[in-house]
Amino acid sequence: MSEPAGLQSGTTAATVELEQLTKRYPGSPQPVVDNVTLTIRAGETAVLVGPSGCGKSTILKMINRLVEPTGGRVRVGGEDVGAMDPVGLRRRIGYVTRASGLFPHMTVAQNIALVPEMSGWPRARIRARVEEMLDLVGLDPVEFRDRHPRGLSGGQRQRVAVARALAADPPVLLMDEPFGAVDPVTRDHLQGELIRVQGELHKTIVFVTHDFDEAIRLGDRIAVLRERSHIAQYDTPESILTNPADDFVSGFAGGGAALKRLSLTRVREVDIAAYPTLTVDDPLQEIFNKLRASVTNEILLLDQRGRPYKWLRRGDLMRAKGSLARAGTLVNDTVPRDATLRDALEAVLTDSAGRVAVTGRRGEYAGVVDVETLMNTVHELLEADRLEAMETRHALEEMRATQTHAEQEGEGGGQMT
Amino acid sequence: MSFWEYLGDRHQQLLTDAGEQAGIVFLSMVMATLLGVLTGLVTCRSERAGSLATTASSAVLALPALAVIGLLVPVVGLGTAPTVIALTLFGLMPVMRSTVVGLRAVDPSLVEAATGIGMSRPMRLARVELPLAWPPILTAIRVSTRMLMGIAAIAAYASGPGLGKEIFRGLAFPDGENALNEVLAGTLGIIILTLLFDVVYVLVGRLTISGGIRAPGGTRV
Ligand SMILES: Nc1ncnc2c1ncn2[C@@H]1O[C@H](COP(=O)(O)OP(=O)(O)OP(=O)(O)O)[C@@H](O)[C@H]1O
Ligand SMILES: [Mg+2]
Repeated sequence: MSEPAGLQSGTTAATVELEQLTKRYPGSPQPVVDNVTLTIRAGETAVLVGPSGCGKSTILKMINRLVEPTGGRVRVGGEDVGAMDPVGLRRRIGYVTRASGLFPHMTVAQNIALVPEMSGWPRARIRARVEEMLDLVGLDPVEFRDRHPRGLSGGQRQRVAVARALAADPPVLLMDEPFGAVDPVTRDHLQGELIRVQGELHKTIVFVTHDFDEAIRLGDRIAVLRERSHIAQYDTPESILTNPADDFVSGFAGGGAALKRLSLTRVREVDIAAYPTLTVDDPLQEIFNKLRASVTNEILLLDQRGRPYKWLRRGDLMRAKGSLARAGTLVNDTVPRDATLRDALEAVLTDSAGRVAVTGRRGEYAGVVDVETLMNTVHELLEADRLEAMETRHALEEMRATQTHAEQEGEGGGQMT
Repeated sequence: MSFWEYLGDRHQQLLTDAGEQAGIVFLSMVMATLLGVLTGLVTCRSERAGSLATTASSAVLALPALAVIGLLVPVVGLGTAPTVIALTLFGLMPVMRSTVVGLRAVDPSLVEAATGIGMSRPMRLARVELPLAWPPILTAIRVSTRMLMGIAAIAAYASGPGLGKEIFRGLAFPDGENALNEVLAGTLGIIILTLLFDVVYVLVGRLTISGGIRAPGGTRV
């Protein structure tokens, strides 16, 4: 998915490995986390989903040693965290929780500066870093630097919390329902921002959520957990949707796998139909000719800057007595190429004629999608997913077979990662 | 002699007494704060020690100040020593109590966040827990100071320094020419000193309590 080395100098995302990790609290007969083995590759986002109380937060806290395991171990970058100084370890692992955890008596800048300060960075570098982090999470440094957390909205607080967690450039980021306490619109926005930030930084992220849609959107891989954190399935979002391991997983994923699949693909990844287009400056005669020649009965008129402007049907011009200004219907909705197919479907369904113009970065015309394109695409995607999942399963079985074979040969077979 | 004439006549003495009173209350309060915060820090960790500290605090405050001073005299003698000891003892109780209560009231999720981002224990205490518990502690210091002003006056009974001397002189010879003036001057002096201390505390609050947690309109009592 992404290279292990981060973009910042000196930073590498680190692998996080849970090995037979177990936590049993004193006084309770059952372990809360029971023998969990899971490898999160460097630079990937792994999302843990599962029912409330299944031990997700406990797993995160065992990674940064806020909770000590009673069995098994955690390795970060190959090193056993149990053997590290917990304070130093935590400075190299970002931690964001639902409650933001910003210190109310410190300003935004002071909060963000904490870990670099503790790590002994020089002042000037810390100052620059604070600005950089605020920029990264989409907050204007001049406006927000000196504000206190109580003057921020819930969404802004979570942004600052992310900035603080990333300030010392840790290779690993733990996020425990970071967007669980903000309203759905803000959450949607923050998810988008996290995707953008992760696209720049390539950290190893372990993300806990209750929200399966959030898991699909953010995860390179999703671990669906049962009670006591038993792993029901650990796989890519695509495979979990199209090839759930069992009823528990499909129950968790909820219905509408096909619809959810739409959120995983962007408009730019599918074939967008080219539509006959003309610009408003073209002579009327040419417009007439093109309309007559068009198989779709319709052409898209672009404005001077190449942006979708009007839908024009045969006869529209006639009815408007040759006046371009009055003919046709204005384009009132477009989708950017970076939008998900789900967004596109939404737009297509609300459009009276069942089609919507796709635009590029500057709003310029890029194509048109309609219901038919979307339907065909989904069918193709689901089919491809199914094939791929079958192949992986096959490969996995083969690998297991070789491994067992090797073990039978005599010496443990070595670590397979 | 009218009250104004009395003031004009004795202002030198009155100012000295007021200075002594302020000095002794300030000194005791500094010690009380140090000891109170320290014992609060030590005891708040354990459930039982913390409860013991708050209970002890209420119990000590219920003792009559005069009796405590009286008990100290045979041990440390007359004068300044029993006064300072008694004042410190009384003063530290509210501070200790509010330290325990204040530290316990710090949002556990913030304590976890502090640990989670890699603060060591002493650092967490110094940079997160104490600053967050500071407003109630400062309020307790302010309340303590008012209380000590009154107790310090009583200390004159054991030959302690301060404005209490004026009051006791007036009470000891109620038929004397200046009895009423003496009591009045002592009492007013104490009230003025108390108000001055209060002003100082408001300023201290402004300087030491972060705007992020200050109640709008300054610290309240
Ligand atoms: N300090 C503790 N002592 C005893 N039991 C605990 C402790 N902390 C957590 N537990 C128990 O461990 C279980 C798992 O807790 P955890 O917080 O990891 O669950 P979770 O999956 O994060 O749940 P949620 O989705 O509700 O946040 C719960 O049943 C909880 O009651
Ligand atoms: Mg949790």
